[in-house]
Amino acid sequence: MTNLEVIIQSAYVVAAILFILGLKRMSSPTTARTGIIWAGVGMLLATAVTFFYPGIENLLLILVAILIGSIIAGITAKKVEMTDMPQMIALYNGMGGGAAAAIAAVELFKGHQLQLSFVILALVGGVIGSISFSGSLIAFGKLQGLIKGSFRFKGQNILNLSILLTATIFSLFIVLGLNYVDNPIVLVFVVALILGVTMTLPIGGADMPVVISLYNALTGLAVGLEGYVLQNYSMIIAGTVVGSAGTLLTQLMAKAMNRSLANVLFSGFGDSSALSSEENTQGEMKPIEANDASIMMAFAQKVIVIPGYGMAVAQAQQKVWEYCQLLIDRGVDVKFAIHPVAGRMPGHMNVLLAEAGVPYDLIYDADEINQEFKSCDVALVIGANDVVNPVARTDPSSPIYGMPILDADYSSNVIVVKRGQGAGFSGIENSLFFLDNTRMLYGDGKDVATDLVQSIKEL
Amino acid sequence: MEAFVAIYIFLLAAITGYEVISKVPAILHTPLMSGSNFIHGVVLVGAIIALGLADNTLEKTIGFIGVLLASGNAVGGYVVTERMLEMFKSSKDNDKP
Repeated sequence: MTNLEVIIQSAYVVAAILFILGLKRMSSPTTARTGIIWAGVGMLLATAVTFFYPGIENLLLILVAILIGSIIAGITAKKVEMTDMPQMIALYNGMGGGAAAAIAAVELFKGHQLQLSFVILALVGGVIGSISFSGSLIAFGKLQGLIKGSFRFKGQNILNLSILLTATIFSLFIVLGLNYVDNPIVLVFVVALILGVTMTLPIGGADMPVVISLYNALTGLAVGLEGYVLQNYSMIIAGTVVGSAGTLLTQLMAKAMNRSLANVLFSGFGDSSALSSEENTQGEMKPIEANDASIMMAFAQKVIVIPGYGMAVAQAQQKVWEYCQLLIDRGVDVKFAIHPVAGRMPGHMNVLLAEAGVPYDLIYDADEINQEFKSCDVALVIGANDVVNPVARTDPSSPIYGMPILDADYSSNVIVVKRGQGAGFSGIENSLFFLDNTRMLYGDGKDVATDLVQSIKEL
Repeated sequence: MEAFVAIYIFLLAAITGYEVISKVPAILHTPLMSGSNFIHGVVLVGAIIALGLADNTLEKTIGFIGVLLASGNAVGGYVVTERMLEMFKSSKDNDKP
């Protein structure tokens, strides 16, 4: 090893340590801020020394690519709303998967210099990276509302399995050096990209955070595998650490939704949903005016607010909290009930509410508050849908059956603030909306909250 | 023997990742996912090497796309995580009614 190489390798070691310590710090509330900075320093260091890697050419191309990628990502990342965070994470993650696949492709096209074991590792990493790339893009499209609905069909698992098998067969052609097809390398990547799409399309929007987290872990794994191919230890360690941390995080998220990972991926929001949604549209949705709703809550003893992603999208949390403070001033017992997946990702809604100034002692988990709905006068559901859908408890044929929900339907009165009459994000009709004690308060979350504040002030 | 070293590195790194994340509160799940998303942005190092050692137009083109995507992963991942953790901190500080 030359001196230069020693310096480069040492920098990679330092970077790997910074990544691990940074991640460790990010897992505790008090040190989280500094954690990302530590990891950032590690990244700068690792990137900087790579420019001195022996034999590096095409420096201009590299710099131009970094510049374009950084500017695009930097601007979009600065501009994105907090509510849209999950899909941006998906997008950036997909880019990482794509990059891992690109490394694999370059190494495979060079082919002749690679040992057989490296060819296999490059292929596995390339396939995983490609799946993560196209899958993350679909996840982004779904959460961004570019792709509507779930594309479910019978035999989707068999289809996906056969696509995976096809990718494996083309990979074997490469490994064994068989010339049955013209360009097996290209075929492997194309098939893997298709698999990412077909795997992700059938999965419902509510399950997307789990899927994004899984793809995050997969990208980590792909990066680790390509690290072996390039014999780059910072990639091996960072990729593998993220791969296993991401897998655990995925499991924690799936657990918070009371679903198994296999359930999310393979049966997901199953084939029977079209049927069950038909059955549930019984009765009528009964509208209510903001004025009446406001008075109803003003004279209630106990009000439980169930905020959902819709409230955050409408940027209504400040107004809702203002209204709740007025209720508290009148002596009403106000509590907030947070579903584990409210706000699309575990912990997302707590942050958004805290930002609006809601004290933590008014915020309750589903387990803590569910028995209180029976003694509750009004449950105010604002921007939430699937997490209060009683069919999760009652209808085994429903795709969300078994998911823990907030028992808003047990409360004496339910007021649902909703923009229109459509079904929820998952596309499932909500039977709560058709109950006798439910009233629908139509309108944009922020406007409705403003009206509620107005009405209570006029009392 | 080299293969075994590789397996050891893999195992130890995997255990490290698992240990670091376990016992994390749900409120940090989102920022943490974003943070780990940033860390695998180190793929940029590999992409630079791949493009830097590319010989022909095909390799250069793929390498260029790789570097572009990788830097998007790293920069986007960092900015998004930082913004989220910043907000998280401020919400903690305000939580003294």
